[in-house]
Amino acid sequence: MRSKKNNKVIGSVIVYIILIFLALMMLVPFAWMISASLKFNKDVFVIPFEWISKEPRWKNYIDIWTKIPLAKFTLNTVKLTLIVTGLQLLTSSFAAYAFAKLQFKGKNVLFLAYVSTIAVPWQVYMVPQFMFMRKLGLADTHLAIIILQAFSAFGVFLMRQFYEGIPDSLCEAARIDGMSEYKIYSTIMLPLSKPALSTLIIFTFVNTWNDFLGPLIYLTTESKKTLQIGLKMFISQYSAEYGLIMAASVLSLIPVFVVFLSLQKYFVAGITTGSVKG
Amino acid sequence: MAEEVYALDKNMKRRQQKRNLVAYSFIAPNFLGFAIFTLGPIILALIMSFMEWDGSNTMKFIGLQNFTEIFSDDRFLASLKNTIIYSIFTVPFTLVIALALAILLNQKIKGRNFFRTVAFFPYVASLVAVAAVWNMLFTPAKGGIMNQLLMNVFHVQPLKWAAASNTVMLTIILFSVWKNMGYYMVIYLAGLQGISEDLYEAAALDGANSWRKFIHITVPQLKPTTFFVTIMLTINCFKVYDIVYMLAGGSNGVVNKSAMVLVYYIYEEAFRNWKLGRASASALVLFAIVLTITIVQFRGEKNYAND
Repeated sequence: MRSKKNNKVIGSVIVYIILIFLALMMLVPFAWMISASLKFNKDVFVIPFEWISKEPRWKNYIDIWTKIPLAKFTLNTVKLTLIVTGLQLLTSSFAAYAFAKLQFKGKNVLFLAYVSTIAVPWQVYMVPQFMFMRKLGLADTHLAIIILQAFSAFGVFLMRQFYEGIPDSLCEAARIDGMSEYKIYSTIMLPLSKPALSTLIIFTFVNTWNDFLGPLIYLTTESKKTLQIGLKMFISQYSAEYGLIMAASVLSLIPVFVVFLSLQKYFVAGITTGSVKG
Repeated sequence: MAEEVYALDKNMKRRQQKRNLVAYSFIAPNFLGFAIFTLGPIILALIMSFMEWDGSNTMKFIGLQNFTEIFSDDRFLASLKNTIIYSIFTVPFTLVIALALAILLNQKIKGRNFFRTVAFFPYVASLVAVAAVWNMLFTPAKGGIMNQLLMNVFHVQPLKWAAASNTVMLTIILFSVWKNMGYYMVIYLAGLQGISEDLYEAAALDGANSWRKFIHITVPQLKPTTFFVTIMLTINCFKVYDIVYMLAGGSNGVVNKSAMVLVYYIYEEAFRNWKLGRASASALVLFAIVLTITIVQFRGEKNYAND
């Protein structure tokens, strides 16, 4: 009996050791980033390594705004991310409602068209898509990036999976009460789908905020560039400005972390419905 | 009587028509955007792969010439090889770590939410920022943390990481596993939560130990999840581009043959060389691979289910 209890204690000690090791692996790069962002360039690679600099150089966080048009890049990214996330949520949840709760002609064919394109990577059609957008005069515009990201089949699929789990009887009852479909969608379905919406917000926000290849192909004018492209440009130009690079990196991470941390309690629930129960 | 039935029928038809219209109005905003900007270009990609086109002059039909050209291009073959190597190592590595993490974090332990959140950090963090850190941690200079670790803890020679052609893929694979395992962990966590407690209790009554429970309950019950994770992981591996661009691209983003991947090749052919036909042909090769993997895995899944 006693040895069994001992085994259990040893077991949980091992679990904690592994977890702490893994957590360190996840966190050390971020800690290093913050640490280096407060240093002079010459101190970044000094051995032995100092986690907290004796004379922290807060000025890195001020200089970075004048070294590159960081405010402009941030503004562009915030604008694109908010518009894309808003559109994605609206159009996806709207279309998903019809696929999950309404009977209509051509439903299966349309849904099949959506599902089968999930398996087609964007990289397969990015070239013709770009040529098409250029033809429409949309190359080097923010509108192109918005169009690129706002109508994903993934969003419709995720929301539909979630709606399928909400009992039909709820809608039927509302219909008998004379509620219109639009009303059912907005007053019954939307409030119930918080976990799925949060998941979609996290994914869309993170993807748009962090997107690299899209803006790289489309945006050529400097004042239109996004944070990711601008940051990469800065790194290429001033590859030895370690402190400044890290300061800019820290700043670029803050918004996604804020969004992620504030929505994460819904997150595991949302991802469950979206992926596995397919 | 017949007229009445006819009227009723007509009434019903009208109602169904109205229902159709309401449904279409729900779908239209998303579908229009989707059809014009996704479906359209997919079809265009198919057509363009049989054409010669530089983007400004008129297209010319050249049959399969684009395909024969890319398959005799060293750079294309290198990119194909690198992408396959990258996938072969990244997929199982990520899968095993993600599953292990999920199992550890599915237990009732203190600080579970903290660990779950932390494991997801690398996934949400922007690639440019974390790649910048990695480039500094894995710097070929001796002062980098990783080289210090190799020299002082493991007493081996420092590596040149992304700067040398024999370790560049290793660096990319390590980074990719680190960055993405949190995402697949969450999917596995979701799968684990779907397994009924009763199964484990019954096994405990039969005297099964943890290992046997894992092999005989957890693994089989997780099969659908593993299936999903494998497909997603493999497809995502074949789509890899930006990681390579950040870690192996020089200051102008040019990647050499030792780290070139499929999507990089497509990008270069299209937007640097303006050979749009060849770019589309290689994109179709990418698609064919992804499709084959998906179909093979679907077949495998079905066979499992029949057993």
